Amino acid sequence: MTTLTLSKALNEGLRKALEDNPKVIIMGEDVGKLGGVFRVTDGLQKDFGEDRVIDTPLAESGIVGTAIGLALRGYRPVCEIQFDGFVFPAFDQIVSQLAKLRLRSLGHITMPVVIRIPFGGGIGAVEHHSESPEALFAHTGGLRVVACSSPGDAYTMIQQSVRSPDPVIFFEPKRRYWDKAEVDLSAALDEATPLTAARTVAQGTDLTVLAYGPMVRTCVEAAVAAGEEGRSLEVIDLRSLSPLDMDTVLASVRRTGRCVIVHEAAVSGGLGAEIAARITQDCFYHLEAPVLRVGGFSTPYPPSRLEEHFLPDLDRVLDAVDRALAY
Amino acid sequence: MDEATALGLYRTMTRIRKFEQRAYDLFLQNLVKGTTHLGAGQEAIAAGVAAAMREDDYTFVTYRGHNHLIARGTSLTAMMAELLGRENGLMRGKGGSMHLLDVSKGVLGSYAIIGAQLVIANGTAWSSQYRGSGQVTVCFFGDGATNIGAFHEALNLAAVWSLPVVFVCENNRYMEYTAIESVTAVKNPAVDRAPAYGLPASLVDGNDVEAVLASATEAVERARAGGGPSVLEYLTYRHGGHSRADPGKYRPDDEVAEWLRRDPIPAYRRVLVSRGVAEAVLDEIEAQAKAAVDEATQAAKDGPEPDLELAFADVWSDGGWTWRN
Ligand SMILES: Cc1ncc(C[n+]2csc(CCOP(=O)(O)OP(=O)(O)O)c2C)c(N)n1
Ligand SMILES: [Mg+2]
Repeated sequence: MTTLTLSKALNEGLRKALEDNPKVIIMGEDVGKLGGVFRVTDGLQKDFGEDRVIDTPLAESGIVGTAIGLALRGYRPVCEIQFDGFVFPAFDQIVSQLAKLRLRSLGHITMPVVIRIPFGGGIGAVEHHSESPEALFAHTGGLRVVACSSPGDAYTMIQQSVRSPDPVIFFEPKRRYWDKAEVDLSAALDEATPLTAARTVAQGTDLTVLAYGPMVRTCVEAAVAAGEEGRSLEVIDLRSLSPLDMDTVLASVRRTGRCVIVHEAAVSGGLGAEIAARITQDCFYHLEAPVLRVGGFSTPYPPSRLEEHFLPDLDRVLDAVDRALAY
Repeated sequence: MDEATALGLYRTMTRIRKFEQRAYDLFLQNLVKGTTHLGAGQEAIAAGVAAAMREDDYTFVTYRGHNHLIARGTSLTAMMAELLGRENGLMRGKGGSMHLLDVSKGVLGSYAIIGAQLVIANGTAWSSQYRGSGQVTVCFFGDGATNIGAFHEALNLAAVWSLPVVFVCENNRYMEYTAIESVTAVKNPAVDRAPAYGLPASLVDGNDVEAVLASATEAVERARAGGGPSVLEYLTYRHGGHSRADPGKYRPDDEVAEWLRRDPIPAYRRVLVSRGVAEAVLDEIEAQAKAAVDEATQAAKDGPEPDLELAFADVWSDGGWTWRN
């Protein structure tokens, strides 16, 4: 076991992917010499060369388009989008081409492209640098969408994503880049939790809290706080946002009868709405309370002075828990 | 050049420099929330181009936009208060350094998605062409923007419609941390591409404020007279890092030293003194700039913290947001 930050764990995972398969290529703005603004690709260009870790021009559509072309001919590109808000120039390539080429080729073509996106707020950045656009991608058939929340998962999930024959939009919780944990660098990938599976990170009996990415830690802290008041929360890290591991979610909600879904993205039209609808449909008679959602507001991401009011925190989660338990 | 114009250029550059230095200090004191992208070192471009413009012309800028708002005459207090996130800020504390906008001065936004403003600038240019108002749109962007699609789309559209727009590339040799030459197929990222779209273009020393004014005047007047769009590329250098507390260590020391030697403000001071302008006159301009920045800083610090409810204002035209949250 090695103690690693989440960002270093991603770095180690990418290093492993580069070592394991010569077809893996990393590309993005400032990823080479600098090692990326969050140092996720630190040292990789030095060790693997400028042909495999590529400093690209400032052109997201071009970066993703090139990656699609490389994938067409058997490469496995990993693109870094520097910040969430900069994925939109590439949105057309992702939604209209990347997601659809397998279908369009009747399965002859696979698109093993990973698009890494640091997402979410909480680091004193602003608009374009703090957004949570995951629902836009989860809404698109043909894309896999995942979010890691811990160094251990970061290490395995990035490697699994690189191996995935489908394109993966890989969300990294940027304010958790510096979180540390023990990571087993020698763990066999095949034995790790599958990329499509959710993980129960805290066991409980009174209510199920669903979260992913940066909100997992917040919700685990909420579970601890609730525990002190005698309330037993089960926290599930969804990990895969598309497809959703509804089996794990439904099994938990059937036991607890209550559910709160937490994400930083705006509540309106967010992923929570989809999950709540499915829970209501599939285990209606087990529910003791409506499924509640906690999320950001439907405003552009606010300036940093206001972001602590914007981001769901312990209090907002616990408030929803109270409301759900009060039914 | 007449002395009043020359002193005006010196005044604008000095005001910008003092403002940027103060913004940096306040950032280090953790009073500026969020991030800043300072324009120190690039003042001559803002001062020279603004002096070539008419009051009702339009300006589009990037997140590195303080320089241009100051050059267009935006209140220093409103800007400083915005950086500090106060209610008396230009955007009532909701925009921050990166999203300054001043409709009253024709500055129609600071754009932080690289390249976005170029296509938008065509729209305002078209509007003035349509109205026959004679207004010109000036659109600033960095060297990095020349590699994104929007740059190419915008140049072509402007050419096809013969729009009264001037595209101004501030080539400070770096994107964020990557040297532009290492990711660009041509030597001069903007002017070398302009001919592909049939646009006239000039490559000019961006640290020579009078050369900037002369080239900008030609381009702006051509656009105003119906002669269509053009491209200006100014060679310059940012004194500091890309943003926040970036020390800019990816730049070779001798390169930084060379460009600090070519600092546009002392250079212009030497020119003015050699033409016989009294040192005392220039000292006075600097003292006034410092006083103005001091005053702005104090007013900003004294400004009230905006009410939290303000975060929800102006998101939708009907003011309603409750059902959505
Ligand atoms: C579409 C997009 N991609 C990435 C970024 C992140 N980013 C911010 S500034 C910058 C470099 C821009 O360089 P340049 O155009 O030369 O402007 P300068 O900062 O030098 O003024 C990058 C890559 C962005 N803002 N927008
Ligand atoms: Mg630049």
